[in-house]
Amino acid sequence: MATAAAHAEQQQHPIALYLVVWGLLFVLSAFSYLVDYLGLEGYLRWSLILLFMMLKAGLIVAVFMHMAWERLALIYAILLPPALVLVFVALMVSEANYVLLTRLTFFGAAP
Amino acid sequence: MSAPLKPSDVETLPRPAGLTGLAADWASDQRAFKNVSWGKAMMWIFLLSDTFIFGCFLVAYMSARMSTAVPWPNPSEVFALEIGGVHVPLILIAIMTFVLISSSGTMAMAVNFGYRRDRRKTAALMLLTALFGATFVGMQAFEWSKLIAEGVRPWGNPWGAPQFGSTFFMITGFHGTHVSIGVIFLLIIARKVWRGDFDTERRGFFTSRKGHYEIVEITGLYWHFVDLVWVFIFAFFYLW
Repeated sequence: MATAAAHAEQQQHPIALYLVVWGLLFVLSAFSYLVDYLGLEGYLRWSLILLFMMLKAGLIVAVFMHMAWERLALIYAILLPPALVLVFVALMVSEANYVLLTRLTFFGAAP
Repeated sequence: MSAPLKPSDVETLPRPAGLTGLAADWASDQRAFKNVSWGKAMMWIFLLSDTFIFGCFLVAYMSARMSTAVPWPNPSEVFALEIGGVHVPLILIAIMTFVLISSSGTMAMAVNFGYRRDRRKTAALMLLTALFGATFVGMQAFEWSKLIAEGVRPWGNPWGAPQFGSTFFMITGFHGTHVSIGVIFLLIIARKVWRGDFDTERRGFFTSRKGHYEIVEITGLYWHFVDLVWVFIFAFFYLW
């Protein structure tokens, strides 16, 4: 019984699925590179970079690492903690802005 | 009242799906990740810890870059190459990205053929993955040599903010170490697959437990993670 259940959980998916994801990752990477090659700037550049990054990361985790077919208990255990790192990022953005302000105030170098 | 459950029954009780299943798994007196083997769960937990390390490196880099009053070198130009007399920005990193993504593709297929117990194709695809990985490390060695020759050091560089050097060597160095370890890991497992260890359930490597093809998937988890980290490094270090 235990072995039968374990076998049922084995990750058996058609090869075509992997080839499609592989192709998508190539296209998304090419788009990422184009953002730089075409010299896009400002919010457009950043939203595109983050969009392609998240799509690539999502495809790798969901399909290549089989997260889409894992138990919900494992998915939440793995994906929630890194999401909380965003709080840390927000703290450090605020901190970095403050450090830059003090540097400009006391050392006077123009950025 | 039903008869008391034997431990073997408890271990195999069907679990509900969805959020009820999530609560049941976490609240249970059984294995939390039902049907997820200890090997796979431990690799995921290791990767979670690795995520925090890379996360801290990237956050440190972000803080350094946002707080410096000195101009940051332009990565697009720093990693440009002259190819046939043509100046192509960031091309080296783009090629490295494509090499690493291809290695992820071959790895995913190796896992698939592993579960089909096709050991020749599995071993061949794992060797190809290792080859792509080694190519990536080789290109990284070229990238490092070029920058060191141009005067980039952990404490400075010719183009501006000295933090560029320290964060560059730390982040790409730590990632390159992961790729190198992954290549060794792949070669060890590929050899075992080729020899047929997992068909005979031969014991060995890390533990004295019986080997089976799930180790190919676990190796794959590590390898895809290395590619995953590169996605973030590519976006935050090279495209920013």
